Amino acid sequence: MKKLLTGNEAVAQGAYEAGVKYASAYPGTPSTEILENIAKYTEDILAEWATNEKVALESAMGASVAGARSMAAMKHVGVNVAADPLFTISYTGINAGMVIVTADEPGQYSSQNEQDNRNYAKFAKIPMLEPSDSQESKDMIKTAFEIGETYDTPVLVRMTTRVCHSKGIVHCCERKEVQIKDYKKDVMKYVCVPAVSKRLRVKVEERMQKLSDFSDVTELNYFEWNDKKIGVIASGAAFTFAKEVFGDSVSYLKLGFTNPLPAEKIREFAGNVDKIYVIEENDPYIEEQVRILGFDCFGKNLFPSYGELTSDVIRKSVFGEANKTIEYDRKKVVPRPPTLCVGCPHRGFFYQLGKRKDIIVSGDIGCYTLGFAEPYNAVDLTICMGAGASMGHGAQQVFDMKKDSGKRVVSVMGDSTFFHTGINSLINVSYNRSNAVTVILDNRVTGMTGHQDNPGTGYTLQGKKTVELNIEKLVRAIGIENVVQINPNDLTSVKAALDWALSLDEPSVIITRWPCVLKKLSLQDKEEFKEIFQDKYSIDQNKCTGCKVCIKTGCPAISFDNAAKKATIDLEQCVGCSVCFQVCPVGAIGKVGT
Amino acid sequence: MVKSILLVGVGGQGTILASKLLTTGLMEAGYDVKMSEIHGMSQRGGSVSSQVRYGEKVESAVIELGGADILVAFEKMEALRWLEFLKPGGKVVINNYEISPISILSGKIDYPQGIIEEISEKVDTVVIDAAGHAKDMGNSKVMNVILLGATIKSMGLDHIDWEKIIEGNVKQQFVDINKKAFKCGANLV
Repeated sequence: MKKLLTGNEAVAQGAYEAGVKYASAYPGTPSTEILENIAKYTEDILAEWATNEKVALESAMGASVAGARSMAAMKHVGVNVAADPLFTISYTGINAGMVIVTADEPGQYSSQNEQDNRNYAKFAKIPMLEPSDSQESKDMIKTAFEIGETYDTPVLVRMTTRVCHSKGIVHCCERKEVQIKDYKKDVMKYVCVPAVSKRLRVKVEERMQKLSDFSDVTELNYFEWNDKKIGVIASGAAFTFAKEVFGDSVSYLKLGFTNPLPAEKIREFAGNVDKIYVIEENDPYIEEQVRILGFDCFGKNLFPSYGELTSDVIRKSVFGEANKTIEYDRKKVVPRPPTLCVGCPHRGFFYQLGKRKDIIVSGDIGCYTLGFAEPYNAVDLTICMGAGASMGHGAQQVFDMKKDSGKRVVSVMGDSTFFHTGINSLINVSYNRSNAVTVILDNRVTGMTGHQDNPGTGYTLQGKKTVELNIEKLVRAIGIENVVQINPNDLTSVKAALDWALSLDEPSVIITRWPCVLKKLSLQDKEEFKEIFQDKYSIDQNKCTGCKVCIKTGCPAISFDNAAKKATIDLEQCVGCSVCFQVCPVGAIGKVGT
Repeated sequence: MVKSILLVGVGGQGTILASKLLTTGLMEAGYDVKMSEIHGMSQRGGSVSSQVRYGEKVESAVIELGGADILVAFEKMEALRWLEFLKPGGKVVINNYEISPISILSGKIDYPQGIIEEISEKVDTVVIDAAGHAKDMGNSKVMNVILLGATIKSMGLDHIDWEKIIEGNVKQQFVDINKKAFKCGANLV
C-alpha cells in the first residue's frame, strides 16, 4: 500500500513492520513525531516518553536485553545526554535488535548547535545507516534490525531535519511478528567491569572489521554509473540535492551505510572517475576517509561546512552561481521572529522579571527561551537542557565571592526540563546551598515540541492515566524549604514571589502553574483551572493615552496605531490572560461585557 | 518535468492542511510527490513554508532559489520574503491579508507599503481576498482551502477529483464548507 509519509512517520512504519515491541524517546525537534507515530500502534508496540534521552536509550537497551526488538529516538543533542550508555552498549552488544535514531539539524532550525552525529557512530564504534528520503527511512529501519542482530550490536540511524520532515511516497508492508527472545544471564557480556570490558573491547574491533567487509558488499552503498568525468560521493539528504543539480550527467557513489565506510567501493569509484565531489552536510566525515585512502577530492574546500547543502548551495559552490532569481527590494521585508503566544503563561512572569535590575537570568531550553527577546530582555544564558539552574548556581557562587556585588541569579526552566535534567541541577543548588532563585515554569505540558505529556501531566504517551508527579513536593523533598507556587498571570503574585525569593540567603524555588494556551486540557486541568480562557479584554479608546505600557507585555493580540496614538486588542485572538489589564496605568483596559 | 509549488505564510494559517490535501491529490493522480516543511520554533508566529514538488520522478523535496513554478502567499509580506524562490516567469498568488510581526504591532515600524505593486511589476500576479471570502462563508479558517483552490486552478490540476480528496482528509463536519471554499478559490483565478 502506498502512503505519503514524512521521514519520521516512515521510521515509525519501519519500526512497526520490523516487529518492534518497545520504543522510548524524549521529545526534541526534529525527532518528536517518530514516537508520536509509533505510539499509534497501541496493540503492538509499547511506546513511552522517557524523562530524558539517556533514560530512553537505557530503557530501550533493557528491552533488548529482555528479548524484544526496541528503539530509542532523539534529536542530535539528545545523543549527548545519552552518550554515556551509548559508548558501553557498543561493548555489550544486544539480545534482540536495538536501533537508535538520531535526528540531526544541518541549518539549525530549532536547535542550539549543529553537531554532526555521524561522528558518534565512529566514536562509539557502532554501525550507522543514513536514509535520504521517506522510503529509505522505512526500509533502513528494518535493515538496521537485521544488521544489529547479525553482528550483535546496537545500530545508529542518522536522519536530518529534511529527511525527518519531508514527505515522500512509501510502499508499506505488513508487520512481521518477531517473538520475544529468551533472556539469558551472561555476566561476561552485560556486566561491564574492567575484566569483562577488556575482553569485549577486542570483540568490538573484530565486529567493526566484519562490518567493514559488510559495508563493501551491501546494496545500501551503490554506484550509479553515468559519464565518468565527475563522480559524486554523497549520503543522506545531500544525495537528493546533488541529484537535483547533476541529474544523469555525473556518476554517483551513494552511501547508505556510513560506518564503517566501504573502503573498497570508494577505491573502485575513485579509480574510475576523473574528479570527485564529496557532497555531505556538516563535517568532512566521508571526505576524510576518501583522503585517508589516498584520493584527492573536492569537499569542504568547495562546499560549506555548515548549513544545509540544498541544490542552490551546491550550484553556487560548483558553478559560482545559483539559478536566476527575480530581483526585488528586500528592504521591505520585516523579520518575523517567533513570539510567546497570545495567552502564554510565561508572559506575565517575564514581564515582571525583565523590569528587575542587577539580575542575571540563567535560561534553559523551551518556549521560555524567548524571554531573551524584546520586549522582555529577560534571559542572559541558554546552553542546553537542564543547564539553567546549574549554571545559575555556579554563577551565583562566584558573584557572592565579591562582597556587595549585589548580583543575583534567577534560573528558569520548564516542567518538562525539570524532569529531564533540571532536577539534578536543583539538587546541586540544594546540596551546595547557593542562594540562586530557581523558577519552574510549569505550563502543564511539554510545550515547544508540540504538546507532549510528561511525568507532571498525569498521562503517558499512549494516553494511559498515570501518577502525576508533584513538583512542589519533589522540590521540598530535595531539601529546599523556600518554595512558593503562583499563578503567573497574576502580576502581583509574581512580583511578591520574586521580592520574597530575592530577600533570602538560601536556595528558593518559585513554581508558576498555569497551562500552555495551546494545550488540549485534560479533565483535571479543567477542574483545576476553572476560569481559564473564557474572558476577553478590550481597550476603551477614550481612556487610552497611548503610553504603550500594554505593548511592553509583548502580546501579539495588542497593536498600536501610530496615527491615532491608541492601542487596541484583537478580540479574535485574546484569551483573557489579563496581563495587559493589570499593567494599564490609566484603567483603559476592561473585561468585555462588564 | 518536475513542477514546484511553494506555499508560504505565518504559523497557524493552515498551510500544513493545504499541502496535505495537495500532495495527497497529486499522489492519487499517479505523480511522484515530495513535500518539505520545517516545523519547530516557527510555529510560534514565525514565517512558514510548505514546499511541494511533483512529476514523474522527484529527487529533492526542497525547492531551491529561483525554482518554484508558483508561489502562493497566505500572507502578503510573506510573498515578498519568499519571492527569490520563484522562477523568473513564474506565477504568484497573494492573499491580500496582513499579519503583523511584533515590531509592527508595537508601532515601532509600519507594515511595508507597495508590496503588491513591487511584485506585480515583475511577475504574473493574482491577488485574492481569501480572508474576506472565508469570512463570508462563516469560517475564517477555510482561507487555506480557498487558496488551495486558486493554486490548483493556476497549475492546471483541475482534472484531479479534489472533492474526493477533501472528503477523505477533512473532518466530516467541515467537508461541505471546505468543498465550497475550494470552488470559491478556483473561481477567483
